Amino acid sequence: MFIINSVSSIYRTLSGGTLRDIALACLAVWFIGLSYGAIAVASGFPLWVPAAQSVLVLAGASEFLFIGIVGAGGNPLAAAAAGLLVNARHLPYGLALPDMTGPDMTGPDMTGPHMTGPGRPVKRSMKRLLGSHVMNDESVLFALAQEDLPRKRAAYWACGLGVLLCWPAGAVLGALIGSVIADTGAFGLDAMFPAVILALIVPALRERQLRRAALTGAVIALATTPFLPPGLPELLALFAIAVKRKPA
Amino acid sequence: MKDPTLFAAGLITLSAGTFAFRLAGPVLRQRISFPPWAERLLETAAVILLAALVATTGLTEGHHLAGLARPAGVCVGGVLAWRKAPFLVVVLAAAATTAVLRLLGIP
Repeated sequence: MFIINSVSSIYRTLSGGTLRDIALACLAVWFIGLSYGAIAVASGFPLWVPAAQSVLVLAGASEFLFIGIVGAGGNPLAAAAAGLLVNARHLPYGLALPDMTGPDMTGPDMTGPHMTGPGRPVKRSMKRLLGSHVMNDESVLFALAQEDLPRKRAAYWACGLGVLLCWPAGAVLGALIGSVIADTGAFGLDAMFPAVILALIVPALRERQLRRAALTGAVIALATTPFLPPGLPELLALFAIAVKRKPA
Repeated sequence: MKDPTLFAAGLITLSAGTFAFRLAGPVLRQRISFPPWAERLLETAAVILLAALVATTGLTEGHHLAGLARPAGVCVGGVLAWRKAPFLVVVLAAAATTAVLRLLGIP
């Protein structure tokens, strides 16, 4: 069971401070998952939608985008396209990271002799697939912040597996809580959704060029909402990308 | 969720496509390099999409502007987030503001 090996290896490799930071990041992910699940059922989706998405997509912002557009009556394929655009950042992440699941030293199991023997190539490719799936903003940031490759790998797997557990756990619990609330409007749950996304992009908005582009995009989306089917205004907002080319 | 097949297609597209992006980086690492401007372009696109979603879900309902309660709640959340309040505080304050305004009869 390479997950168990991974966990003990991570524990030996990482400092207490890093482990604590990773735990806090996972806790934050759990909270966001909680609001995500509650919002999804409040927007009229059955429980399995946030549950399945949280495991299969495992990328919060794109899941919010998908739920937001489809919940407003938009085309699911347009919503998927918008979500994929948001998730395209995982490609440069993978290019920037050193090998987290290489063929020589595979993932966090680089200490023991248990990585040799028959049947390992299958295990290795499984690990490569899982290692790719747990790539997210948090695991990449923690990996890049470490000094050497063993620590980078340990941090990547610790955070990646932590998010893989916490995000769906939060989403399912949130969906369960959300489904027992009868009148979501009275509790202001509809304000939670934009507030969550706003909180997620505020760090980026502190940068002047990104803020200008974001504001322009928001204005484009608002101006076109009265005339276009749901989902399209958000995609049309991408024209705001031209704003960032002007000198600040 | 009007058309379950179309919904499933959207969900599968998003899941499979996201996984493909995640897998592509490690596989292509030795063969291509991603220029910083392209990385920047992706970041900008993501922020624009999410900002547009904040605007439409925060301020509109269907094809019209929403009432006052929800935009007010989102504004309170936004100000708190800008002032680096904890995530939980941001989200609960937004919901509470909207709930209180509705309690007072403001839609």
